[in-house]
Amino acid sequence: MIEIGLGHYLTLAAIIFTIGIVGVFLNRKNIIIILMSIELMLLAVNINLVSFSIYLQDLVGQIFTMFILTVAAAEAAVGLAIIVIYYKNRGSINVDEINSLKG
Amino acid sequence: MLAHSLFFYFFSTITVFSAVMVTVSKNTVYSVFFLILVFISISILFIMIGAEFLGMIMLIVYVGAVAVLFLFVVMMLNVEEQASKKTSRKGLINNVSVGSVIGLIILLELLVVIGGWKYKNNFIQTSSINTEINITNTHAIGRVLYTDYIYLFQISGLILLVAMIGAITLTFSKKENVKRQNYFDQIKREKESAISLVEVENNKGVKIDD
Repeated sequence: MIEIGLGHYLTLAAIIFTIGIVGVFLNRKNIIIILMSIELMLLAVNINLVSFSIYLQDLVGQIFTMFILTVAAAEAAVGLAIIVIYYKNRGSINVDEINSLKG
Repeated sequence: MLAHSLFFYFFSTITVFSAVMVTVSKNTVYSVFFLILVFISISILFIMIGAEFLGMIMLIVYVGAVAVLFLFVVMMLNVEEQASKKTSRKGLINNVSVGSVIGLIILLELLVVIGGWKYKNNFIQTSSINTEINITNTHAIGRVLYTDYIYLFQISGLILLVAMIGAITLTFSKKENVKRQNYFDQIKREKESAISLVEVENNKGVKIDD
């Protein structure tokens, strides 16, 4: 309990990942919070990679965390751009009303 | 070691609490602020276990760029008004049950995976962090990143370029009644189209814009 090991960090990452998934499912209000939940999931993956990289003394995990960071930033930018034009066209980003595809 | 565990529990509690608050918060601006809090505490955890460079990059990229982008969009779109206007409650119960079942299953699976690591202690050599390295973390990352992973580094730059172009072309809208400077029209103007020599007769003047 006192000794902080790899398992603690992995548990933290698992909890954050689960919160991200549940956030995607439970959110009925707006789509921006869904994007934030996706950011939380990417963050959990980053925690996993960094803790393994530290504990196995291997730098590759940290390098790949940087790439994930890049992709997360790109995804946030494009996703928010899509949300902005959707709001411009429809006047609403309510998740319940986004059903043009009838999926 | 005690300080390490105390810091870990403190910051991970903050992280989990604010991650929950990101998803359940009524006000979207508050969820962005809680997201910033999550990022800050995670970057502190990264710095604590010895990945200083990534902690700082996390702070710069996420808090400085991504969260500010979120905040910008939230404030620009005026989400609060239209969210409170129409809140349909009909699919909520179904949604909560499905979401919590799936979340619980995934959490259990992840915990099973982590529990598996606990009994493979021979695979992981160290359980404490080795901080007695001569070169710093940044130095070590720089040595690897610009040599072995240079192509991946360049490709990640290309990804950012593509994302930038995509975001600009998505949100770019041409306004009709705004006069813009057109460089090509300016440069390709010739003397013949711009100047005309007129012989002015005496006492008659000349008509412009005929």
